[in-house]
Amino acid sequence: MLGVCLRGAHATVRKNCVRSPLTPLQSYRCYSTSRSSGASRVVALGLVTVGGGVGGTLLYSKWDPKFRAAVEKNVPYSDWLLGLALGPAPEDARLPVRKQVELNQPPSMLDKPKTDPKAKSQKSVKEAAEASGPESSLVPPPPAQSIQDECKECHKHADVSETAAVASAEPLKERPVDEVTARLVQQDQEEEKLLASLSSRLEDSLASSAKATLQAIGAQEVALQAVTQHTRKLKDAMEAEAPSDEKSTQWKELEAALAERTAAVKDATTTLSKANEALEGLKSVINQAKGQKVAAARPLILAAEENLHQMVVDLDKVVSKVRSAESEAKVVSQYTELVNEAKQQFQREVSSLTPEIQANWKGLTGKLSVDDLNALIAHAHRRIDQLNRELAEQRVREQIHIEAALEQQKVEDHKVLDAAVTTAMGHVKEEARLNLEQKLAELREVMEAEMRTQLRRQAAAHTDHVRDVLKVQEQELRAEAEQVLNSKILDQETRYRQLTQEQLDNFTLDMNAAYARLKGIEEAIDSHAVAEETAREAHQLWLSVEALSYALKSAGADSPSMPLEDAAEAVRASCHDDFCSALASALPQESLQRGVYSEASLRARFNALRSLARRVALIDESRNSLYQYFLSYLQAALLFEDQQEAPPSQLSGADLDPFKLLSYASYCLEHGDLELAAKLVNQLRGEARRVVEDWLTEARLTLETRQVVSLLSAYANAAGLGTTQAP
Amino acid sequence: MADEYGRKWDRCLADTAVKTATGLGVGIVLSVLLFKRRMWPVSFGSGLGLGMGYSNCQHDFRSPYLIHGHTVKVNA
Repeated sequence: MLGVCLRGAHATVRKNCVRSPLTPLQSYRCYSTSRSSGASRVVALGLVTVGGGVGGTLLYSKWDPKFRAAVEKNVPYSDWLLGLALGPAPEDARLPVRKQVELNQPPSMLDKPKTDPKAKSQKSVKEAAEASGPESSLVPPPPAQSIQDECKECHKHADVSETAAVASAEPLKERPVDEVTARLVQQDQEEEKLLASLSSRLEDSLASSAKATLQAIGAQEVALQAVTQHTRKLKDAMEAEAPSDEKSTQWKELEAALAERTAAVKDATTTLSKANEALEGLKSVINQAKGQKVAAARPLILAAEENLHQMVVDLDKVVSKVRSAESEAKVVSQYTELVNEAKQQFQREVSSLTPEIQANWKGLTGKLSVDDLNALIAHAHRRIDQLNRELAEQRVREQIHIEAALEQQKVEDHKVLDAAVTTAMGHVKEEARLNLEQKLAELREVMEAEMRTQLRRQAAAHTDHVRDVLKVQEQELRAEAEQVLNSKILDQETRYRQLTQEQLDNFTLDMNAAYARLKGIEEAIDSHAVAEETAREAHQLWLSVEALSYALKSAGADSPSMPLEDAAEAVRASCHDDFCSALASALPQESLQRGVYSEASLRARFNALRSLARRVALIDESRNSLYQYFLSYLQAALLFEDQQEAPPSQLSGADLDPFKLLSYASYCLEHGDLELAAKLVNQLRGEARRVVEDWLTEARLTLETRQVVSLLSAYANAAGLGTTQAP
Repeated sequence: MADEYGRKWDRCLADTAVKTATGLGVGIVLSVLLFKRRMWPVSFGSGLGLGMGYSNCQHDFRSPYLIHGHTVKVNA
């Protein structure tokens, strides 16, 4: 490329110069300018290319550290240049990248689990606060470095708090059975006590109220009797017109009856109030009992309530009877009062008319005068008229009076009816309630019975289940026990076997030792025989090798030695191991069939060859025209080198000149070192090499054979030495 | 191989001599017959012969491993 450019530049220069025939100066200028323009263009282009390449490599190596490493490895001073331009070596670049990646990761990871651990810690803090105090100390502060540890701790803490919550829930588990039974027993005892107290109270109050009620009823009945008697007596007293003695006795009896009645009525009212009080007390007791809600007391309560109701009903009945009797008595008393009033009025009238006559005028029939009688009769007539008038008036107003009376009666009846209705309603309600209560009690009993049967069934099922579980457990335990037993038996067996084995081993060891000794003795004897045999063989080998080396010496001045076939055969025959046979077969074929040349003949040949090699020293693959041959001849004629020169221990580049090599080789040959001479001659190149090829082959052959023979003889000597026994 | 070298030279020289002589002869003939006894065919012919010989020689030396074949007449 450069040559083309230069040629082009020259052509242009010549063209320019030929076109304008100028003075030498101008031609120089022309030369210089055109050359400079073309050259400068080329130089500039080259500079630009080089600069672009360098800049590109710099940039790319900055971006890709692997490329940078490749460049530094391949281009010698690039590492210094790149270090100057870009900065530190690529090994450091790798770690910051990784750290950057890691740093990128942790912030993103920190963001997410930071909220989680925070929430978790908050939750856990709440739980800890809820559960117990010491747990709060376990809440760890989230560390910034090991996120995984943090998460682990969070999980651990959540677990711990959960377990803490679970642990706090533990006290709420079932109480032990004894505690439950004790509690139940205690509850039962308390219930019984309560029941006893309740029942005693109820009975007491019932008894007292019953007594009071009976008393009240008795008193009321007495009062009733008294009232009815009194009324009867009053009626009798009013109607009967008995003689005065009986009348007075009647009046006395009446008074007595009245007194009795009042006393009885008072007594009745007091007893009634007492009974009411007692009943109220009983009611309150019953309510209290109901309030305490003891189940077993219900029938008692029910019975008490029934009794109460009964007593109340009886009392009411008696009271109503008494009231009706009283009302009748009231009517009768009103009648008597009226009658008495009329009588008194009459008496007054009579007394006003006849002031001298005293009361009880019926006894005074003979004592009265005619005037008095007339006055009396007139009064009586007047009275009769008055009464007739009143009677007529009464008859007229009969209907109205009857209606008014009816109305009054109706009103009174209404009142009485209302009262009776309310009491009856109350009684009926009470009865209904009691019936309901009774039915409830019955139902409850039925329910209890059913519940008991269900519980009994459950208990039966539980016992069945427990039985099954026990069976299974029994089986498991049995299996375990068997396993343990088996393992123990196995251990014992293995131990026994071990001991027996040890004994056997010891015995066999002793036997083996004795046997080995016997063998050793036998072997020693055999080895003696073998050693003698090997010694004989070694001798044989040595003799054959000696024969071979002698055969080698039979080479003439210019002729090769005799063929080594026979000698080699003899050696092979006397060889009894691989090394020897390998060596014997390593003899080259040429030597076996044709024989080898001696060193002396080779030496002589070399001298002849040397001149020839000198003559063609310049010829090789690139320089091989006849003219080169002529030059080579000339060189050989004119160049003088040492006939023999000692070769250095190490060949440098300058020593590879063929003339030098030949002088080295001559020296070696003269001093008997065929091997070194061959090596040196091997360094020749080109036509000289081809010329000495034959000689080289022969030399190699000789060297090979000699080496093998020397090896064999050394080996034979060694074998012989080895087999001979030192005294 | 050294002998071969000598043999090559012998062959080469013989061959060149023959070719030169032949060329000379042909040149003389042609010069006498065609070219009015000019000098140039003679020199041309001899030069031709010499050149051919030289070329053959060079070729022979350049190809050392080329075996030359010989025809052997067998008298039946």
